[in-house]
Amino acid sequence: MTRQQARTSIGERFGSAQVEGELPASAEATAGKPLVVTLPVDQWLAFARFAKDTLGCRFFSFSTAVDWKEQGLEVVAKVDNLDSGLAVLMKTKLGPGVSACQSLVPVYRGADWMERECYDMFGIRFDGHPDLRRILLGDDWVGHPLLKSYAVDTPYPPYR
Amino acid sequence: MTTASAPTRVELDYSGGERLTMNMGPQHPSAHGVFRAILTLEGETVVGVDAVIGYLHRCHEKLSETLTYAQYPSIASKTDYVAAMTSEFAYVMAAESIGKIEVPKRGQYLRVITAELQRIASHLLWLGTWCMDMGGALGGGATIFLYAIREREMILDLFESLVGARLLYGFFQVGGTRYDIPAGWADSCRKTIADIDSRIGEYEGLLEDNPFFQARAKGVGLISRDLAEDVGISGPLLRGSGVNFDLRKSAPYSSYEDFTFNVPVETAGDCFARYRVRMVEFRESIAIVRQALDKLPDGPISSRPGLKSVAQIRIPKGEAYARVEGPRGEVGCYLIADGSAKPYRMKWRGASFSNLAVLPHIIPGHKVADVVAIMGSVDPVFGEVDR
Repeated sequence: MTRQQARTSIGERFGSAQVEGELPASAEATAGKPLVVTLPVDQWLAFARFAKDTLGCRFFSFSTAVDWKEQGLEVVAKVDNLDSGLAVLMKTKLGPGVSACQSLVPVYRGADWMERECYDMFGIRFDGHPDLRRILLGDDWVGHPLLKSYAVDTPYPPYR
Repeated sequence: MTTASAPTRVELDYSGGERLTMNMGPQHPSAHGVFRAILTLEGETVVGVDAVIGYLHRCHEKLSETLTYAQYPSIASKTDYVAAMTSEFAYVMAAESIGKIEVPKRGQYLRVITAELQRIASHLLWLGTWCMDMGGALGGGATIFLYAIREREMILDLFESLVGARLLYGFFQVGGTRYDIPAGWADSCRKTIADIDSRIGEYEGLLEDNPFFQARAKGVGLISRDLAEDVGISGPLLRGSGVNFDLRKSAPYSSYEDFTFNVPVETAGDCFARYRVRMVEFRESIAIVRQALDKLPDGPISSRPGLKSVAQIRIPKGEAYARVEGPRGEVGCYLIADGSAKPYRMKWRGASFSNLAVLPHIIPGHKVADVVAIMGSVDPVFGEVDR
């Protein structure tokens, strides 16, 4: 599926999604540049399933989050179609004060560790994740360090 | 009165009613760093594994928000410290992509040369340590380790004369590279890769003619294509599972399209397939370095030479995901810039993190001794897993 076909297909199936990303002036110009798809939060999982089954993006690259301060958290995930080179960067804004999102683990097994890291660093609860616990930080860690409200020099007793 | 006879059978008819939990690591020599696998065993067979990571976590992503675009590249080295060049590469490419900063052709070629030398050095360390992990099977095992380390030292010597550092370089900077190659470097580089090239065949003979090596590597740790893509493993693991995907070919960056090289693909998906992929990659990397040295253009090495202050590079508002093909796979940097001298948010996609995430899916069903072989074939670097 080409980039243009993917755009059309996303537009038909997910009317409320917003699709960005340059159209191919040449194949090289857009090689590896992802289509950026911004979704309503309730279509997160449905879109992942669509990306895997219809767009053929079976490769799970990564997922993470961004803290936009008063605008709230945004969850980001990138999936690739390794055969055609189509890459989709999917995003969803959770809204101010909200830290719950659908988990992508039912669709992509690679989301397991990525979402655990996301929970660890941002405190986002992924509904449907089979094993949501901290992964990089210790189980006794207090807070979620990648939130903008978490100061770099936050003390960590008894060490500092 | 009957006398108890010694058991003639061991572990046969094991009912599986009893399970043993065993900690492997975090200080296990085969863990290649600090990795703890909590294995659930039935006899010698692993039935469950819980991978515990994070012992080396330094929160690079938070750290990067406090450092400028001029400062962070040399810290990026410390994510994947075995292949420091590639993580610097991904970071500066992300910044350049947002800022639409051109890199002069000579700078691009120097990047390719160092990245490929780094791949050779990293694969050498993998080859040596992996074979040492399987030590007994290789008649002492340390032989190949010492050979590989000897070769790796020659590459580190090259890096030392180029940058001044042997492991963590700070060679890349936004806009190009920090240093140009000194006089005579190209010749010593040619000599070094010729030496390594002449010895790879010897290592292959040493290993592949050894039936114990074959027995321990073939058919062990199978990763199917479906699982590989689903978990998002990349690099030699992905290519060992039959997927022809190499970023240097499918999304060329930094003038990789100028060079002729092959991408090895194996379909078996076992430890031996991953080994074969890496052995071919040695030769392909050597070929790329040779071509790049031959074709090295004249001109500036950076479009932004002579940085006078650390906050001099400002990247306009925007975001980008840059990825390079590191020795372990897709090293990605997702960068969000807000117009200041520091990133607003940066995410590392460490190749080892995703590669290691496949372990819980493939280890169950194997013997404990195979866990060591599988771990080694994944080639994780914990600086990159934990970041």
